[in-house]
Amino acid sequence: MSTGASPPLLKIHRIDKSYGSTRILKSCSLEVAPRETIVIVGPSGSGKSTLLRCINLLETVDAGNILFDGRDLTRERKAEHLVRQQIGMVFQNFELFSHLSAVENIMLAPMTVSGVSRHDAHDLAMVLLSKVRLRERADAYPDELSGGQQQRVAIARALAMKPKVMLYDEPTSALDPEMVSEVLDVMAELSAEGMTSLVVTHEMGFARRAADKIVFMDAGEVILTETSEQFFSGTTHERARRFLDQILH
Amino acid sequence: MSLHLLLEYLTSKDFLRGAALTLLLTVVSLGFGMLIGLVLALLQGTRSRVAKTFTFFYLWLFRGTPVLFQIIFIYNVLPSFGIRFSAFVCAVLALSLNEGAFMSEIFRSGLHAVKQGQRTAGFALGMTRAKVFRHIVVPQALRVVLPPIGNQMIGMLKLSALVSVIAVQELLLVADQAASANFRYLEALSAAGIYYLALTTLFMVLQGWMERSLDSKRKSSTRRMSFAERLLGTSQPLVR
Repeated sequence: MSTGASPPLLKIHRIDKSYGSTRILKSCSLEVAPRETIVIVGPSGSGKSTLLRCINLLETVDAGNILFDGRDLTRERKAEHLVRQQIGMVFQNFELFSHLSAVENIMLAPMTVSGVSRHDAHDLAMVLLSKVRLRERADAYPDELSGGQQQRVAIARALAMKPKVMLYDEPTSALDPEMVSEVLDVMAELSAEGMTSLVVTHEMGFARRAADKIVFMDAGEVILTETSEQFFSGTTHERARRFLDQILH
Repeated sequence: MSLHLLLEYLTSKDFLRGAALTLLLTVVSLGFGMLIGLVLALLQGTRSRVAKTFTFFYLWLFRGTPVLFQIIFIYNVLPSFGIRFSAFVCAVLALSLNEGAFMSEIFRSGLHAVKQGQRTAGFALGMTRAKVFRHIVVPQALRVVLPPIGNQMIGMLKLSALVSVIAVQELLLVADQAASANFRYLEALSAAGIYYLALTTLFMVLQGWMERSLDSKRKSSTRRMSFAERLLGTSQPLVR
């Protein structure tokens, strides 16, 4: 958990994004301090995922700046692959490479991108697999793993590049209910160890447990940024409270 | 039927040379055809209108006319424009250009079978486009395109007999010439047929071996296969 005093690792400043005439993001701003975990909530279609994808340049922003570790990422189009090496991402549908085993999935980027030897990459991968409690499934292929196991391997794969920040795009939305907690536990542990994280999720239990700050988005706008305590002890914001009531039934 | 004559044909230098030329024609044309097909498939994936128009025209032309027509056209019409090639080069040229059109469709389906999310996951790890293509797209697409490429290999072997019309001394022409000397068609054609079947069998075994080597690391899905299964190419892993 962060003290909140350190300068931001990531600062998103008034970014805009449109697809054709549809405005997906409207002047969104957000600051993430080192070691901080921020959970982004909001109705579907509110631009949460697009915001995450803009950060690691999977989407180009139309206007605004993204400052990461002192650099403006919106000017790094030529070196986008270098930027992405420092930003881990976990997807809703896991997207493990289907032709590689769990351990090979984790080894691929260190070997091909960072030039780590096969031997060292394997050692690193096994350490990470232990961390996500899947050491004994190292040689299994993605289609032999449950959804929860696949997502944990995907987290280990992202960690293998030693990212400065982790982006989670609805990491448990595609999972059966009984597998949600095994993934959230791993994420919460990482957050507790000080991994800077940005999480788009509907899991309010996780938000309550692991988040330092909650960001509420609606219709492409960042409506509200509050500390976790403020938010869960009854946010005063009308729309956010209505949303919270809806998803908590 | 004289077994003695059949054996004589099978071991004769002419037949052996004819079979070798058939194999060479097949392998070389297949190689160039795959190269052309890959380029066409990649061109179709681009946003360029010129590239798309070009590939459309290419496919329309080469899939829309008989191979035999293409062979005769290249052999007889190109020289009138001052472009002179040997019969063998003309044969390879025609077969490769034709094969490229079909290969491009196979490669396109292979590239299409790799989901966009797999590429995105590679990019998100900091891989460049080239690395994503080399380490993610190609290995996954290969699994999809190998069975139809096996089909094309065997198809090409048989297609190569067509170039006998421009007097390339391939297997069928050799057999035909041998028979026309003594009218022993049964023996001569049987000898050619045996060579064709032997080459086809070789290709089938090769395809089965390639498919299995791609899957070799997957212990769980590897099962013992009978020889017949390998020959028939029914080596798809069981759906788990």
